[in-house]
Amino acid sequence: MNWTLALPEILLAVAGLVLLLVGVGPKRDMTFPITMGTLGVLLVAAVLSMATADGVAFNGQFISDSFARFAKVLILLGAASGLMLALDWNEKQGIARFEFPILVLFSTIGMMVMVSASDLITLYIGLELLSLSLYVIASFDRDNERSAEAGLKYFVLGALASGLYLYGASLTYGFSGSTNFAAIGSAVSGEEGASLGLLVGVTFVIAALAFKISAVPFHMWTPDVYEGAPTPVTAFFASAPKVAAVSLLVRVLADPFADLAAQWQGVIWLASMGSMILGSLAAIRQQNIKRLMAYSSIGHIGYALMGLVVATDTGLRGVMLYMAIYLVMNAGVFAVLVSMRRQGRSLERVEDLAGLGRTDPAMAIAMVVFCFSMAGIPPLAGFFSKLYVFLAAVQEGYWVLATVGVLTSVIGAYYYLRIIKVMYFDTPAGALDPRSASASVILAGAGLFNLLFFLFPAPVVAAAGAAVAAFAG
Amino acid sequence: MNAAGFPLLSLLTFLPLAGAVAILCIRGDEATVASNARWTALWTSLIVFVLSLILWFRFDPRVADAQFVEQLAWLPDFGVNYHMGVDGISVLFVLLSTLLTPICILASWEGVQHRVREYMIAFLVLETMMVGMFCALDLIIFYVFFEGVLIPMFLIIGVWGGQRRVYAAFKFFLYTLLGSVLMLLAILALWFRAGTTDIAGLMDVPVPANWQYWMFLAFFASFAVKVPMWPVHTWLPDAHVEAPTAGSVILAGVLLKMGGYGFLRFSIPLFPEASAFFAPLMFALSVVAVIYTSIIAFAQDDMKKLIAYSSVAHMGIVTIGLFTFNQQGISGAIFQMLSHGVVSGALFLCVGVLYDRVHSREIARYGGVAKIMPAFALVFMLFTMASVALPGTAGFPGEFLVITGAWRSSGWVALGAGMGMILGAAYMLWLYRRVIFSRITKNEVKGLLDLSPRELAIFAPLILLTLWMGLYPSSFTNVWEVSVAALIERHEAALSVPRLAGL
Repeated sequence: MNWTLALPEILLAVAGLVLLLVGVGPKRDMTFPITMGTLGVLLVAAVLSMATADGVAFNGQFISDSFARFAKVLILLGAASGLMLALDWNEKQGIARFEFPILVLFSTIGMMVMVSASDLITLYIGLELLSLSLYVIASFDRDNERSAEAGLKYFVLGALASGLYLYGASLTYGFSGSTNFAAIGSAVSGEEGASLGLLVGVTFVIAALAFKISAVPFHMWTPDVYEGAPTPVTAFFASAPKVAAVSLLVRVLADPFADLAAQWQGVIWLASMGSMILGSLAAIRQQNIKRLMAYSSIGHIGYALMGLVVATDTGLRGVMLYMAIYLVMNAGVFAVLVSMRRQGRSLERVEDLAGLGRTDPAMAIAMVVFCFSMAGIPPLAGFFSKLYVFLAAVQEGYWVLATVGVLTSVIGAYYYLRIIKVMYFDTPAGALDPRSASASVILAGAGLFNLLFFLFPAPVVAAAGAAVAAFAG
Repeated sequence: MNAAGFPLLSLLTFLPLAGAVAILCIRGDEATVASNARWTALWTSLIVFVLSLILWFRFDPRVADAQFVEQLAWLPDFGVNYHMGVDGISVLFVLLSTLLTPICILASWEGVQHRVREYMIAFLVLETMMVGMFCALDLIIFYVFFEGVLIPMFLIIGVWGGQRRVYAAFKFFLYTLLGSVLMLLAILALWFRAGTTDIAGLMDVPVPANWQYWMFLAFFASFAVKVPMWPVHTWLPDAHVEAPTAGSVILAGVLLKMGGYGFLRFSIPLFPEASAFFAPLMFALSVVAVIYTSIIAFAQDDMKKLIAYSSVAHMGIVTIGLFTFNQQGISGAIFQMLSHGVVSGALFLCVGVLYDRVHSREIARYGGVAKIMPAFALVFMLFTMASVALPGTAGFPGEFLVITGAWRSSGWVALGAGMGMILGAAYMLWLYRRVIFSRITKNEVKGLLDLSPRELAIFAPLILLTLWMGLYPSSFTNVWEVSVAALIERHEAALSVPRLAGL
């Protein structure tokens, strides 16, 4: 019994329960201390995650490897930045409650369990812990109709996805005789090969996970939920859970189902292609910037999936690198979105950014960096994320996918440029309220990362490479 | 060679960026910031120019290989290195970039009054990208700089441009991006085939013939848009017209050269068979460009648009020269690129001088300018003559060499290029006549002042260069002769090898 491998998760869970008790105890408002406590615990968990050894725990239910470590650090980073953005926003919006950081904390545990799962049941538990927390925080602004609608929509469609997953998992169990990844893997690579039932099972599992990462054709919920949920919640949705679900998809497909690659590659190929095309075309006419970011995230998932289609070392490395860079770009963009507030009212239209280049030059420059980075223009970090997945696709001769990818990235560039145009070329629409310190920190951090990534790309690239090396052996 | 081991090229590349950071840190009210930003930008770019002169003096023209080489591991897992160096082909383009940047900054001294800080930052970043691009000896590094140019240029056109600046900026950006991403795919394919992106290393791994055609077309998509070649030139007139004066100068002076340079640096040496195969296509497109855009130029009412179309025609001459694959043609093409960089830049500055005073680019609003601005009329005449390739000015040796080279390939192509010269003379002289001569009929023209000392200072180096290039061209052709000869030799060797397709 090697329970120390799950020490970060255990720490987070215990801390979550303790913080909950601390929160209800005193009469005064505990939001700020609890948020700080949560951030501190996330930091400790990140350090612990990096330090955990390789190994399998809980009778093969839980695995700790370089891949899980890489994904966990990203998840904790995403969760922490989401929390920081929410701190100030919730306060101004009048929905500051101490349950918020704790829900984020629990969802983080769910994500960490997901990426460490080596069994279909562990995976499900992690997925549900994540989803249930997210349903609640999506409708955290409960007096706001749109927020409530977002939560409900997310819940109904999320429940459907869970159902798909369970159905697929049961088929997989039925046809392979086990829920354990290693056992499934050996059943798949057995002499008689995979049965049809197993293939159907895999397809259902992929569909459920595609829902979580909002890949086409399971993307329908994304724009509505992104638009309706409070902005910092959207920031959180678009970052850590995406990384977790993509990592999970990578683990499931590259580990137990690796020998079925020929079958699932086609499915992922379609999802990747569809996401890139839809993400770029549908975003063009969006007026609401959160909706725009929803389509943009669909597009980004399409690019990341391109690396998964290829399924070589380079491809998987590309996926993880993409998610790492995407996480940072996303945190930066949402730091700007969270700061969009004029006379106390939060704003969501692209036009509301008009003249930002004059009213808040520092934030405008940061946003320019994020937009060009998301559009994949060198020398910014976003270029390198695309570079690796395209390299992988070209290496394995996926010319159609790569060509569609570069063309959609040109189309995508249009709507990122539109944001820059509004900020710099249009006449100012009045100054925004001063931005919070936490947003400034994230803006500066993410901005510098995007700007300077090109100077020292090797460490991050090597870390992503080490992460996917876990599947090689 | 770079005996001292001093990273001169990196310094040239990144010093402007340091200047940009310094400008970013300036504090104070708007007027202080503006004036400090101007001076910082000017001094930074002047220092960079002076440093780049070291390249000129210490460059050894007898060596065909890259000099001042620097190499650092960048992405060691993937065989990508930060590899910089200049050879005879690229060294003068570096100098052109470092020369035009201070001129541009000086030219915007009074013309740009709002957001001066951002403007100067954009220009310094642009300089970094241009210099880096000409120095890069690694395909990925090259691509990073090549694309990075789009960011500052997009902002320069979009923020400080004219009426339809938004449209022009988007068109410029998306057009060039579309071409470049196709090239990116080809770069990736080369990368994984050879396991390196080092340009010298790539030359050692011949590309199979059936791949060459596709890759050539992918690179063509990018460079043809940049040059620009007919029929993908339509972004250029819009971008030129809407860009501020200094933006046009850089656009015509350096950015267009990136396409021609790309053909010379990558397409021809990497894909020799495809280059030979597509040469007739390149000739056809270039000749169409030369004649068609010259005719279009006649119909323009806007001075900048007219010069923009003349740029397309002149760059057509360049692409003709490049694909003749002989010493005269390629030499002439390089010469033409450099002289066009100086001359068309100067012509845009001339238009800028008028625009600063009258705030119109319409030809019909002028007339008789010679009577009140004699010095300006003289300067404008010199550059007009250089643009129509009058012997003794910078325009002549390039066009002459290209036509000589073209004769050796095909008489018809030479005829087409020659037609371009005739038509060019016609529309440029007509422009000159309408703006400078005849009587003054417009009131707003009557009160114009002649060139200020600042403007004279801008034009002086360009005048000097125009005459120097025209009177003593061999001081320039010497620099690249050996490199070009090596390039041609390699090209011919590659073609004479029996086809080893499938290896």
